[in-house]
Amino acid sequence: MLKLQARAQPSQLMVYASPLLALLITVVVAAILFIALDKDPVSGISLFLFEPWNGERGVSEIALKATPLILCALGLALCYRSHVWNIGAEGQFLLGAIFGGGLAMWFSIHKIAVHPWVFMPLGLIAGALGGALWAGVVALLRDKFNANEILVSLMLVYVANLLLSYLVFGPWKDPQGFNFPQTITFDNATNVPRIVSGLRLHWGFVVALLAAVLMAVFLFKSFKGYQLQVGGLAPAAARYAGFSSRAALWTALLTSGALAGMAGSFEANGPLGQLTPHVSLGYGFTAIIVAFIARLHPLGCVLGAVLLSMLLIGGELAQSRMGLPSALSSMFQGVLLIALLACDVLIHYRLRWR
Amino acid sequence: MNELALLVAAALSAGTPLALAGLGLLVNEKVGVLNLGAEGMMLIAAVAGFAVAFHTGSQWWAFAAGAAAGAAAAALFAGLVIGLGTNQYATGLALSLFGAGFSAFVGLGYVGKKLADRAAFEVPWLADVPFLGSALFKQHPMVYFTVCTALWLAWLFSRTRTGLVLRAIGESPEAAHALGYPVRWIRAGAVVLGGALCGVAGAYLSVVYAPLWVEGMVAGRGWIALALTVFATWRPVRLLLGAYLFGGVTMLQFYGQGSGWAVPAQLMGMLPYLATIGVLVLISGKAAWIRLNMPASLGKAFRPNL
Repeated sequence: MLKLQARAQPSQLMVYASPLLALLITVVVAAILFIALDKDPVSGISLFLFEPWNGERGVSEIALKATPLILCALGLALCYRSHVWNIGAEGQFLLGAIFGGGLAMWFSIHKIAVHPWVFMPLGLIAGALGGALWAGVVALLRDKFNANEILVSLMLVYVANLLLSYLVFGPWKDPQGFNFPQTITFDNATNVPRIVSGLRLHWGFVVALLAAVLMAVFLFKSFKGYQLQVGGLAPAAARYAGFSSRAALWTALLTSGALAGMAGSFEANGPLGQLTPHVSLGYGFTAIIVAFIARLHPLGCVLGAVLLSMLLIGGELAQSRMGLPSALSSMFQGVLLIALLACDVLIHYRLRWR
Repeated sequence: MNELALLVAAALSAGTPLALAGLGLLVNEKVGVLNLGAEGMMLIAAVAGFAVAFHTGSQWWAFAAGAAAGAAAAALFAGLVIGLGTNQYATGLALSLFGAGFSAFVGLGYVGKKLADRAAFEVPWLADVPFLGSALFKQHPMVYFTVCTALWLAWLFSRTRTGLVLRAIGESPEAAHALGYPVRWIRAGAVVLGGALCGVAGAYLSVVYAPLWVEGMVAGRGWIALALTVFATWRPVRLLLGAYLFGGVTMLQFYGQGSGWAVPAQLMGMLPYLATIGVLVLISGKAAWIRLNMPASLGKAFRPNL
């Protein structure tokens, strides 16, 4: 029988091999599914893995969708490293979109002339404030009332969703929008500047990459980051060393909220240029998978985000070309995460026939 | 007066899926397993139940399918968490994400489909009692099944040897292991049973409560059920009452719309979620009270050294 045998030391090889193994399992599951649906598995899988890279437009779209994923995943990685189980990045993202998009709408309505490079930091700050506010509620309730952060942060996702739809169905609805639930199209000057004209990729991507580097420096080179990680790995040791668990809670949640909020603001003022009830493609939830695939490493988050962005685009391609539902990609995301968790067992155990 | 009776009846119906899922999670948590996958299990079960009800026309087969789907999803979770010792938080989240995608994918063909009409159910004699009749005794049989399940679980955990063993495993798996109980198998059994109850809850939503299938229709009820177990300090009857309270809050929004309150529907829709946060804040403030009631090994993996 196949048995698990504990390794004397965690396998460094498996730390890197396990995400690849998980991806392989997901591809096999996908192939089986395509065969079951009577579609060609090879072209189906290439839609997810190779087609998204087609041409400079393809690369631009991958980086575009990776941007919110990187930003959200960075914050989540910080939270999970400090054992703060924030799963509400989606809500923090939406608040960021509401704040950032709201500011752009205000500028547009009042016809305030502004240079895009002046507005970009303003929108960024507004989004970060919105996201941090939403995460701050979680931190406050956890700190003052010991309320479980998993449940509170998740409940706030639903509240944020309803708040957004209240705004776009109600007070923020475009009066000339034929009653569609959406705001006015924001003034061009409030849009995040694009990196290459003609492609949708905007400078938010560079901000996300910069954030990943800063997060890596913070986690691995600063004392504060060290304190946070000790608190996550060994709470008792952190307490003994006098590291404040409250400070860790607030730092982790406010930072991750601000990052998710920035992502939301970039999405509203970047590719969309207006607010609708569907600002997010579930980026906040997908980012959870990104963070785990990245082993909670900031630079890994960039790679993970690119992978998941490929899956999202593949889902859209499968919808338009093969007539398959786009829910396919969220299912593959789930399979990928489950496979990853199972493969991670191999880091600490080896398989043996007995 | 009659309006109030209808509100009570609606609250009972809305509270039933919360209670069923909450009881399932309570069984999990009593043996020390925290399953964050409730939302996903309920979604998978909801689409399975709806599909079976649609094709067979029998709601009882639909409940059976829901229970089986919930149990299967829970078995996957148990295999990972108990068999392989993966992180309970991450695995539960993965199950919730997978369930959302899987159910949306499978359910695509059922969006907009209608189920055949069901005959209304009334408890003979009692349904004719004024006020109480329409408030309590014209419910779907599953509502009464839920009440019985809660009472049975309360009795099981407090009065039987089986309940004692289950609680022992939740409080101290090491001690239970030393006494010779197969801790991991019993935990797995409890997880599967809890999953089946969550599954029935999901099927109730899509077959009786809604009755239709829409993507993401569980709408956070799995997470609210998780909050309910904390709110109830892991006691079945208290959980049942809490679920009805939440059912009442859910109904208040529809009641409000019906009576023409000038509050937008979206803001009223926030009520159940805000109420969940409010309840968590109220109950969790008493840290000692929670610590006293919470199964001591909740969320911790157990691996016997062989």
